[in-house]
Amino acid sequence: MAEERVRSEMTGKVWKIVSSVGDKVSDGDEIMILESMKMEIPVMVDTDGTIKEFLVGEGDEVTEDQEIAILDV
Amino acid sequence: MFEKVVVANRGAAAARIVRALDGLGVKAVALYSEADRDAPYLAEAAEAHLIGEAAPTESYLNQDAILDVVKRVGADGLHPGYGFLAENPGFAARVEAAGCRFIGPAARWLEAMGHKTRARDTMKERGMPAGAGSGVLRDDEAALAAAGEIGFPVLVKPAGGGGGIGMLPARDSGQLLKVLGRARSMAERSFGTAEVYLERLLERPRHVEFQMVADRHGNVRHLFERDCSVQRRHQKVIEEAPAPALAREAVVALADSAAGILGAMGYDNIGTVETLYDGDGGFNFLEMNTRLQVEHGVTEEVTGVDIVAAQVKSACGHRLDAILPADVEVSGHAIQARVYAEDPIRFLPSPGPLDVFRPPRGDGIRVDTGYAEGSRITPYYDPLVAKVIVHADERNGAIGKLRDALDEFAIEGIKTNIPFIQAALGNESFVSGDVHTGLAEEVVASLKA
Repeated sequence: MAEERVRSEMTGKVWKIVSSVGDKVSDGDEIMILESMKMEIPVMVDTDGTIKEFLVGEGDEVTEDQEIAILDV
Repeated sequence: MFEKVVVANRGAAAARIVRALDGLGVKAVALYSEADRDAPYLAEAAEAHLIGEAAPTESYLNQDAILDVVKRVGADGLHPGYGFLAENPGFAARVEAAGCRFIGPAARWLEAMGHKTRARDTMKERGMPAGAGSGVLRDDEAALAAAGEIGFPVLVKPAGGGGGIGMLPARDSGQLLKVLGRARSMAERSFGTAEVYLERLLERPRHVEFQMVADRHGNVRHLFERDCSVQRRHQKVIEEAPAPALAREAVVALADSAAGILGAMGYDNIGTVETLYDGDGGFNFLEMNTRLQVEHGVTEEVTGVDIVAAQVKSACGHRLDAILPADVEVSGHAIQARVYAEDPIRFLPSPGPLDVFRPPRGDGIRVDTGYAEGSRITPYYDPLVAKVIVHADERNGAIGKLRDALDEFAIEGIKTNIPFIQAALGNESFVSGDVHTGLAEEVVASLKA
């Protein structure tokens, strides 16, 4: 099985993780919500797979392009 | 006049208010969070006080910390700016209870206009035109029934607050059921109440708003209109005065009527009546903002009225005829561009350091900002970096001047929406005055192509 790394598209903070390790996800599914500058920005996966690991937790700061989750695809 | 006024805000709003107070000979007391320690306007204030950590709930929304400063410095006035606590009736009442004048309308107005369906009903009853809309929705079933009555497409909106936050469109029942939950959760998070309601979603409407100035003696006048149709995610990006390509008589008639309604109701400070103009000649009441507006500068440029000073004088008890000249006219054309720290195509936030920050200068160019070179745009607050306002004899001249000014604006270290603004200012529909709230999407499509 291959791994796919999900990256943050922006600098901000992890507001809410809305999925769990082991969840099966498909292209377009929301796995977490980031917040920055009073906006909530959902992180969506762009492939089908299973969530293997989260590299960040709720409340963590993230920077643009940082890896935030790993999918098994 | 007041002696000492606390400025309970940050950024461009705080900078603008500090300057206005200075011009009135009032001591300005600036407040700042840990994140804004180096803000350039703090040095311009008579005093500056730290009120807490960067997170807004710890600082600019921290009522206790702010009231503590009010009492400590013996302030006789507090200016809330816009955003944060500006429309919070509980806070306004606490400020007044501390023996300090809240520079805005009486708390009951914040209450009356803060709830969006009640505000709409109040204004509608008194003759203000308003489009089809529902009351607060009890549940999904009520939402479907209301949508059936109004007709799709509809817009789901939070009842507890406006400013374009948390609005979601729905084109059919399935979509409506899908977005209701998200709309409720966003409403709860932004305004502390999950109440939402429906409004008919107009196709290609224009956002036209009317600046009101009232005193505490029952007098209300208007300073004409602004067009703020160029918006991304329901947040304004380009604002102008006067509104292009609208019949002046219709605009002035609506402005007069709104001033009349507010006068009869006893409105008592500055405020803005926002409407959507639906092409067929109709204005539809959207909401009333009971505070200073981010885009007040374009009205100041075309009327010559210092709106912040007028607001402070009104709160102080001055009469309207002593605040405004007998005749206020619109002279020339003014346009404001909001420069945001964000990706110009996807509009994703882009906080970071302002390694280079050199605003344009020149005749008819005004830049309102709370930052300076070396400042840091943090992820804690809204993405506004600067407002670039130009004034020229006519609209085309203003568009050209704004394009040149933005070309000259040197910003490095963050992404900004300047490429988007430039594309919008060069867009054929915009140039011809055929503006509408869907224009930003068309501009983005052209940028991607």
